[in-house]
Amino acid sequence: MQDQSEQRIIDDPTQVSPMLRLLIALLITLLAIGLGNAVLSLSTSTAGLTQIVNSQMAQSGVSHPVTAVLLNFRGYDTLLEMVVLLLALLGVWAIGEARYQEIAPGPVLDTFARLLVPILILVAVYLLWVGAHAPGGAFQAGSILGAAGVLLLLSGWRPRYPLMALPLRMTLILGPMMFVAIAAITFIIEGQLLTFPVNQAGTLILILETAATLSIGITLAALFLGGQPQYENEKSK
Amino acid sequence: MSNVIAFALVGVGLFCLGLYALIVQAHLLRKILAINIMGSGVFMIMVALAKRGADGPDPVPHAMVITGIVVAVSATALALTLMLSLSAASGSAKLSDD
Repeated sequence: MQDQSEQRIIDDPTQVSPMLRLLIALLITLLAIGLGNAVLSLSTSTAGLTQIVNSQMAQSGVSHPVTAVLLNFRGYDTLLEMVVLLLALLGVWAIGEARYQEIAPGPVLDTFARLLVPILILVAVYLLWVGAHAPGGAFQAGSILGAAGVLLLLSGWRPRYPLMALPLRMTLILGPMMFVAIAAITFIIEGQLLTFPVNQAGTLILILETAATLSIGITLAALFLGGQPQYENEKSK
Repeated sequence: MSNVIAFALVGVGLFCLGLYALIVQAHLLRKILAINIMGSGVFMIMVALAKRGADGPDPVPHAMVITGIVVAVSATALALTLMLSLSAASGSAKLSDD
């Protein structure tokens, strides 16, 4: 069955006839020329929003502009992106259960994972911390944490039942929930969603970023499982 | 400044290559890869065009791209899971014509 479908991939890369392919290629070349023209016709020196961002940096609570934009000026976007991540995971969980196979990793992968995972976690924490004043932040740190999780899953590690039930779900919603909670608090105090008071902005951003990092990392690792973890079976065992 | 335009043009090229593969290739895995290449092209255009100012790159497109990358990864994971369950249900990872 599997051989057959793999064979099909090799045999039949396309069902489109050569004439049609040529036509599509021509049309896309036209599109490429049009888009290229649009890029070339743009002015070569626009400051964009740099000056607006720079003029507000003092109020952002951090000194790196990308982090300031991400967590402070456009906090709404980041909140909704956390929800998109959660929705993607819910979609994956709705489709099916994770296929559990016993994996015996080779000695290289096993040792490699043992060595690398602590380093990856350390790098994630560093990136999270350094995001306040240099390139880094929640999404980068979350991706590294996700990579550590994927490495663990590849080397055959599976968390057991109690860890996969409530703690997993709490970690997944920690980021969005923290965003919503802080949005609600700032709404009550400042009168607007996610408007941080200048003095507390740095602390609030660090709290948000920590929660977001954990959620992003665990969400990415959980996506790699390809389905809802089957903890019910483990419980009955 | 011509560097910026060169990178943006490469981004346009990636986008168009991905679009071509998305239309021509029948296998869903290839389509998902094609969409990812299109997305990478868009990210590249945005990051390149952000660096047109005299005083450093514009942070707003950068913030959009960094979140965009993570969202693209999770959307790809969802698409791959859908593809796997389609191929498990129908025996083929291609969409039928009807």
